[in-house]
Amino acid sequence: MKRLVCALLIFAGIGVPASRVEAAVLDQVKTKGFLQCGVSQGIPGFSAPDDKGNWTGLDVDLCRAIAAAIFNDPTKVKFSPLSAKDRFTALQSGEIDVLSRNTTWTLSRDTSLGLNFTGVIYYDGQGFMVRQDKKVNSALELSSASVCTQTGTTTELNVADFFRSRKMKYEIIAFATADETVKAYDSGRCDVFTTDVSQLNAEKLKLAKPADHIILPEIISKEPLGPVVRQGDEQWFDIVKWTLYAMINAEEMGVTSKNVAEMTKSPNPEIKRLLGTEGKFGEALGLPNDWAVRIVKHIGNYGEIFDRNVGAGSKLGIDRGLNRLWSKGGLQYAPPIR
Amino acid sequence: MTGSDRAYIRTRLAANEPPPTRAGPFHAIVQGLFSGPLNIAFTLFSIVAIAFAALPVVRFLIVDAVWQGMDASACQGAGGACWPFVQAKFGQFIYGTYPEALRWRPDLVFVLGALLLAPLLAPAAPLKRINALLFFGIYPIVAFVLLTGGNLDLRHFLIGRLTAWNIFGSATTAGLSWNFWSDYVATAFLVAVLVEVGAALLGARARKASFTALFVFAAVGAVVLAADLDFGLEPVETRSWGGLMVTLVVAITGIVASLPLGILLALGRRSEMPLVRLASVIFIEFWRGVPLITVLFFATYMLPLFLPSGVSVDGLLRVLIGVALFSAAYMAEVVRGGLQAIPKSQYEAAEALGLGYWQTMSFVVLPQALTIVIPGIVGNFIGLFKDTTLVLIVAIFDLLGQLRAAFADPAWASPVTLYTGFAFAGIIYFVFCYGMSRYALSLERRAAVAGGR
Amino acid sequence: MSEIADAGRRKGRSLLDNPRLRAILVQSLLLIAIASLAWMLIGNVRTNLASRNIASGFGFFDVTAGFAISQTLIPYEESSTYGRAFVVGLLNTLLVSAIGIVLATVLGFAVGVARLSSNMLLSRLAGAYVEILRNLPLLFQILFWYLAVLGTLPGPRQSLSLAGEIFLNNRGVFVPKPLFAAGSGAVALAVVAGSALAIILAIWARRRRLATGKIIATGWITLALVLVPPAVTFVIMGAPLSFERPELKGFNFDGGLRVVPEFLALLFALVTYTAAYIAEIVRAGILAIPRGQTEAAYSLGLRRGLTLRLVVVPQAMRVIVPPLTSQYLNLIKNSSLAAAIGYPDFFYVFAGTTLNQTGQAIEIIAITMAVYLAISLVTSALMNWYNRRLALRER
Repeated sequence: MKRLVCALLIFAGIGVPASRVEAAVLDQVKTKGFLQCGVSQGIPGFSAPDDKGNWTGLDVDLCRAIAAAIFNDPTKVKFSPLSAKDRFTALQSGEIDVLSRNTTWTLSRDTSLGLNFTGVIYYDGQGFMVRQDKKVNSALELSSASVCTQTGTTTELNVADFFRSRKMKYEIIAFATADETVKAYDSGRCDVFTTDVSQLNAEKLKLAKPADHIILPEIISKEPLGPVVRQGDEQWFDIVKWTLYAMINAEEMGVTSKNVAEMTKSPNPEIKRLLGTEGKFGEALGLPNDWAVRIVKHIGNYGEIFDRNVGAGSKLGIDRGLNRLWSKGGLQYAPPIR
Repeated sequence: MTGSDRAYIRTRLAANEPPPTRAGPFHAIVQGLFSGPLNIAFTLFSIVAIAFAALPVVRFLIVDAVWQGMDASACQGAGGACWPFVQAKFGQFIYGTYPEALRWRPDLVFVLGALLLAPLLAPAAPLKRINALLFFGIYPIVAFVLLTGGNLDLRHFLIGRLTAWNIFGSATTAGLSWNFWSDYVATAFLVAVLVEVGAALLGARARKASFTALFVFAAVGAVVLAADLDFGLEPVETRSWGGLMVTLVVAITGIVASLPLGILLALGRRSEMPLVRLASVIFIEFWRGVPLITVLFFATYMLPLFLPSGVSVDGLLRVLIGVALFSAAYMAEVVRGGLQAIPKSQYEAAEALGLGYWQTMSFVVLPQALTIVIPGIVGNFIGLFKDTTLVLIVAIFDLLGQLRAAFADPAWASPVTLYTGFAFAGIIYFVFCYGMSRYALSLERRAAVAGGR
Repeated sequence: MSEIADAGRRKGRSLLDNPRLRAILVQSLLLIAIASLAWMLIGNVRTNLASRNIASGFGFFDVTAGFAISQTLIPYEESSTYGRAFVVGLLNTLLVSAIGIVLATVLGFAVGVARLSSNMLLSRLAGAYVEILRNLPLLFQILFWYLAVLGTLPGPRQSLSLAGEIFLNNRGVFVPKPLFAAGSGAVALAVVAGSALAIILAIWARRRRLATGKIIATGWITLALVLVPPAVTFVIMGAPLSFERPELKGFNFDGGLRVVPEFLALLFALVTYTAAYIAEIVRAGILAIPRGQTEAAYSLGLRRGLTLRLVVVPQAMRVIVPPLTSQYLNLIKNSSLAAAIGYPDFFYVFAGTTLNQTGQAIEIIAITMAVYLAISLVTSALMNWYNRRLALRER
């Protein structure tokens, strides 16, 4: 018996891997054979599972695009549903490779949390939703209201700033997940539900009677939402960043999932550089040169994923607004590939 | 007796009662329920409480319930439970998002488990030893392969990890990665040699030690091998597990894994070696002192910080480990109670027979101690079964988690959805926990009878 | 015989057969294993933190928190520091735990005694209570109270009200808040003085009873001592007390004292759940007292209630207190489930929001665990002290 215990101890001791070198995220992802992507626990249009556990949404498509660029297979992604509160811890610790979860780019997150924002996939702002029968037309009439929000978000802080600076009384009830927040608002625990406007539109679909609720006109903050990676791996940072830029550039150049095969024959040097028929831009990222072809072929360009998930082609029907291309009066602007 | 001022002493003798036989059939009831003003008040209170609690429940669950319908519209004006809601969500409540076509696999696991467990629990059933071996040895592997699909993706064992050599190639046949297995066998023999040399230096029986080491490697290898074989089952990742299935997996694995660890800790706490005792006490008191959700949070979101980069452990497995360690600390205390109940004479008798420490423990003390504490172990299991609900906080959707997710479905929004869901989940939890507590009670009674011989 | 001797001789050859050497060997192996495990973990953490530029240290306690908390026992606003948020959360945990422990003990004793009642209906009812509450997960019960009971109360405009003073709605319970004007200090002093006199009287009466066997009826005098001086002072000082009534203003009630539904749901669930366990402990404790004790008390002429109070319960307490302690500890730890319904307890405020905003998971989780351990240790120390006082002094 004693010997058995000793043997077990030795067995346990040597089972522990000894390597202590930080491997590059790209290599780890390739070894694992899949990308581990942190998403929300269910925000329709951005990242939400259906009954069978298949994920769809704008943020989900970004993860699939990264997988497509690496593996030429958009299904090689595993999703970790995270609450707003837990998302940074999961990313910091290495539990996920990339966080693509309606995350607002702020200075402290970009610095002291040890994270890097790779770009902006959706320009958003914070708004308020109330019941129509409360007869409120403006956020300035919300004095003394009970406000439901999710903890661990910029929303929680913005709403504090908003009420405090206007000397309006309020009560905040912060929940751990979006579902709990919506449920509490729907049951009447709060008068107001506040979060990013895009999410308000999405969560509205989950209410018992969506038509009874209105979103107030005020936008009280800037919420640039984007994918996030850990600091300390520049190559991975670049891959995630340029995956998004490739999709925006593709839209600008008119490359879509349908015409990408013909476009590879295009004489336009910009398109040639994007699609890897000229230059070795993919290799510079540590990817094959046809990386952007893979992304657009499997996932589509930025316009397509926007339309399909949150835009006119979806249940949400959100206007592109700020998220139009720069050439069409919006803010989406990708650096050139050259 | 002059103390008329002594408020707490009877001033009159109690009235003589008629002998029981002459008291009449209703006497007991009248005496029990209406013997005095206070007792009458209690009776009335009880009747009111039952009327207010039990009747509405029965009405809600059965009389006023809606039994048929396709969506929430059937339940809009209902005054009772909306059972179509449960019907529609039943798959999710039991399996989570486990692929529908593959749900025969968890079903098979449930059935096998029930078939093996029932005779194990029934004290009168024969072949306990084989049964226990099947349930604790073979069944977990079968369940693992069926639920996950088996065919582990193994790469390196030890030599391949420590060195950069890829001497073993990377061929894979029938799901077996030869790379890993040749590495494993080589490591096994290397360790056996090391153990033999070490034991020889210490003057112990070297050959036996090395054989023991090989045996351990072989046993562990057999388990891993079974999990590595490709049985042609489609893999299902643990992320898509959910519902009652996860509840049962977490609770049962937790209890099975925590028992051996708990026994070791209990022995450690009663050890005569100060360092071992100290380590056990610190371990036990630490886990008993912190809330389970801090442990789950740590295991789910922070563990990779403590591991070398590139090492990843499945999310559910990490939760299982956290739960097992947590429950081991409680188990240790239960087992310690049993150890303390063993009279010193048993140890002395074992010593007189020339048994060593482990022999004394495994043949004399533990069999007796564990029999005494079976009710305590079942009690721990009930606690663990209920604590499984906390995995909800780290985004694993057990039965309660699925219930909450179902509440958020606007297609089933109705005034009674909430109560229906709580009623359904409540009944399931109650049936499991109450059944187990009754079982523990019956064991206790048996033990009391046996002890009274 | 020869076989044993033989075995003994053969055993004697190995160093491992010397118990002392073996103990040293096992312990040093354990030490090495623990130390190398710790070394490996710490090494990994250091490497990982450094390569990811994650901030570390405890400087964040002085940084502005920026978020609001729905229930604060000490003044706290958005511009307060994380350190203050820490204290607010801790106080919220202590509040719900302390009230919960008191109420659960009262309810648990009542149910436990009711279970042993000779009234069949009452004992069955208590039994059903215990079985149902014990066999449902606590988180389930918290959610039930929060969503299915308190969540379905009417909104502020349709509040249920009691005499137009106390209001109940889905924002919580609102009661008038006492406002103490100048002079209420004197009233408080009178209360203290009156109570002190009552206690002195009780001690004197007890001494006298023990010395002479005479019983002095102190009931009325005690009541007068506690009530009369404050009442007189109150009138003399010109009634220095007024109430601030909760009033519906805008969306919510304003003024008065308010208890948020998150607190209520957590408290109800913790109390009813823990009380079921305490009831079982109390029942077992009372059953552990030999029947002879009860019979002896009856034959001395003690009535049922007094037998229970003076003979059975004091003895049963020795059996009850140790498991009761672990129920108290469970209640404290279980209060961390507040996270599921948004009650701002310590875990939620500190290991939730603060952790998210500062990103310093290791420091914060370590502090969180240490705080819960400390609360547990203090509670068990107090209960152990109490237990020692109860312990049988054998003569």
